[in-house]
Amino acid sequence: MNSQSGEPPTMETATTRRGFMEWFSWALLGLGSVAMAIPILGFFLGPILKPRADEWVDFGPLEDFPQNSTRLVDVLNPLRGANDGMTGKVAAYVRRIEGETFQIFSTHCTHLGCPVSWFKESGLYMCPCHGGVYYEDGGHASGPPPRGLYEFEHRVEKDRLMVKLGHLPTLQDPGSAHVSGKNS
Amino acid sequence: MKQAIGKLLWWFEERLELRTSLWTVMRHPIPRDLRTQVGWLYVFGSTAMTLLVLQIVTGIGLGMVYVPSAGEAYESLEHINYNVELGWMLRAIHNWSANGMVVLVVVHMTQVFLMGAYKYPRELTWMIGVVLFLLTLGMAFTGQVLRWDADSYWGLGVGVAMVGRIPYIGPELVELMLGGPSVGADTLSRFFALHVFVMPGLLFASLTVHLYLVVRKGISEPPKPDDLVDPETYVEKYEEKLKTGDPFFPDVFLRDAAFIGLTLLVIVGMSAILGPDGPGAPPDPTLLAVEPLPDWYFLPAFAVLALSPPSLETGIILIAPVIIVAIMFLFPVFAGKGQRSPRRRPVAVLIVIGCFLSYCVLWQLGVQEPWSPHMTAWSGVPVPTHMIKGSSPKELQGAAILQEKTCRNCHALDGQGGQRGPDLTVVATRLTRDQLIRQVVQGGGNMPAYGKELNRFEVEALVSFLETCKPEGYASAEASVVTDRAD
Repeated sequence: MNSQSGEPPTMETATTRRGFMEWFSWALLGLGSVAMAIPILGFFLGPILKPRADEWVDFGPLEDFPQNSTRLVDVLNPLRGANDGMTGKVAAYVRRIEGETFQIFSTHCTHLGCPVSWFKESGLYMCPCHGGVYYEDGGHASGPPPRGLYEFEHRVEKDRLMVKLGHLPTLQDPGSAHVSGKNS
Repeated sequence: MKQAIGKLLWWFEERLELRTSLWTVMRHPIPRDLRTQVGWLYVFGSTAMTLLVLQIVTGIGLGMVYVPSAGEAYESLEHINYNVELGWMLRAIHNWSANGMVVLVVVHMTQVFLMGAYKYPRELTWMIGVVLFLLTLGMAFTGQVLRWDADSYWGLGVGVAMVGRIPYIGPELVELMLGGPSVGADTLSRFFALHVFVMPGLLFASLTVHLYLVVRKGISEPPKPDDLVDPETYVEKYEEKLKTGDPFFPDVFLRDAAFIGLTLLVIVGMSAILGPDGPGAPPDPTLLAVEPLPDWYFLPAFAVLALSPPSLETGIILIAPVIIVAIMFLFPVFAGKGQRSPRRRPVAVLIVIGCFLSYCVLWQLGVQEPWSPHMTAWSGVPVPTHMIKGSSPKELQGAAILQEKTCRNCHALDGQGGQRGPDLTVVATRLTRDQLIRQVVQGGGNMPAYGKELNRFEVEALVSFLETCKPEGYASAEASVVTDRAD
């Protein structure tokens, strides 16, 4: 700053200049690294940064579901990706209590996520992994599960059953209905 | 001609200087004590490393034909099994060699632990070894996911359920693990990236450090009960031993060569005879009649999850692994000197026996799964005929209800059927009529209540059958003697 043209730089100005260059180089490296790290980190954290909410899916006309019965329904997962293949499918148990009162259950056991099977003969869901058993209303009946079956939100639209689902339910992020079975 | 080749070699040697670098490493001295039979205990590490190389080679081969896309992976595995020339064999070798690697890493660790080889100055070698062990298990789990069948799909579900229990950040970690809200193409691709790029990279990096330390610090001499490890004098004594040592290559290596050769033969043989593992049922989330099981080495963990009390379960899932790894990792810090011989370290020997016994018992339980209902017993395992001989129509109806209402999925008769609940063959000697009715209607213990599922006539018939379940000549349970022992 105080060096004038024609004069050789004094010790002091040289130090200042080198100090500045040093500082500038480190800052430039830092800035470049941060600028590069942001999109890369963003990519890796993508699934969290842009979470996708569950969506409504058509489960079919009401007459497909006899009163006071439970059946398994297969649909395409509304959140599936283009290359998901058969893993883009999703299944849910539909229990029609009566009229427009339904309960829609996830097939994943609340203990560790294994597939529960419905036995209409005994009105029980049984899990093959660690022996979790649930009642017809999804409530915990026996075994290690910490709660009843996960439930999905539903509504009836133009005589069709609509269910809101998509993500894989877990203990802290249960199904869209966010209520546990009556007995749990 | 000979001169020309010599000249060419010398041209390279002048530039590479291998004689003073690589060759000295190959010839590094090994204590003479290994000349005895105990030397055979030193072959497991090098064999595990050979299998890693084998995994890389076969993995590259599989990588050329496997399609890591959720929609096509299953078909591509079938393609490798049935269409690609020797594809089945390559998959089989990759699988059995992976199994062998897990086994050998554990055997190697056990040997190092028992012989106190992790003590001064080789603590860091052990620690890196623990990292290598964990990476091997990580490769095993991620490899199992790439098999992309029903076990793989539901195995991911189990992983997700565990990760989802981590307080606060569980749901976010689940999304990161799956690459989205559910299992799909992004899930398979990220496990592919982990299995093929990330973990092998970490494995090689760790292995490089591990080998550097092995060569630098030397192979531990077989322990002698009177030779205590004292950091003040150890190095001096060890270097004295090395002065009369044998060169690693080719002298000591001969045993490694023999054992590696044998291992390769066993793996080729197993692969040719047993073939590849799967893929099993397709990874279809709507096919629920599957019984997901992890690969055999993770079965004990699966058993622990069935047996742990619900209140402790989350702790066992999340905290126990951290504690176990921390203990393994830090062990040499707390027991890094003194006695090395297993003859004078009873606690170390007991730890090893305890670990292996628990592992085997849990493994056995994991194979039997007594805690799981037998999903087909109700329709596939009939009431033994001798139990209904001479029964009244009502009792026969009761036996039919026992089948129809899926009771047999959890209850055995004559040892046949589920093991989840008690065997009912002699239940009448344990429970009175009133207790049977109460147990059926209200459930209790670990049994669901059937009050809503059975009308009173059905309960009556079922109980009248159960009342006949006792050996001939035995008295029925009496209320005054057995009070409320509903199990």
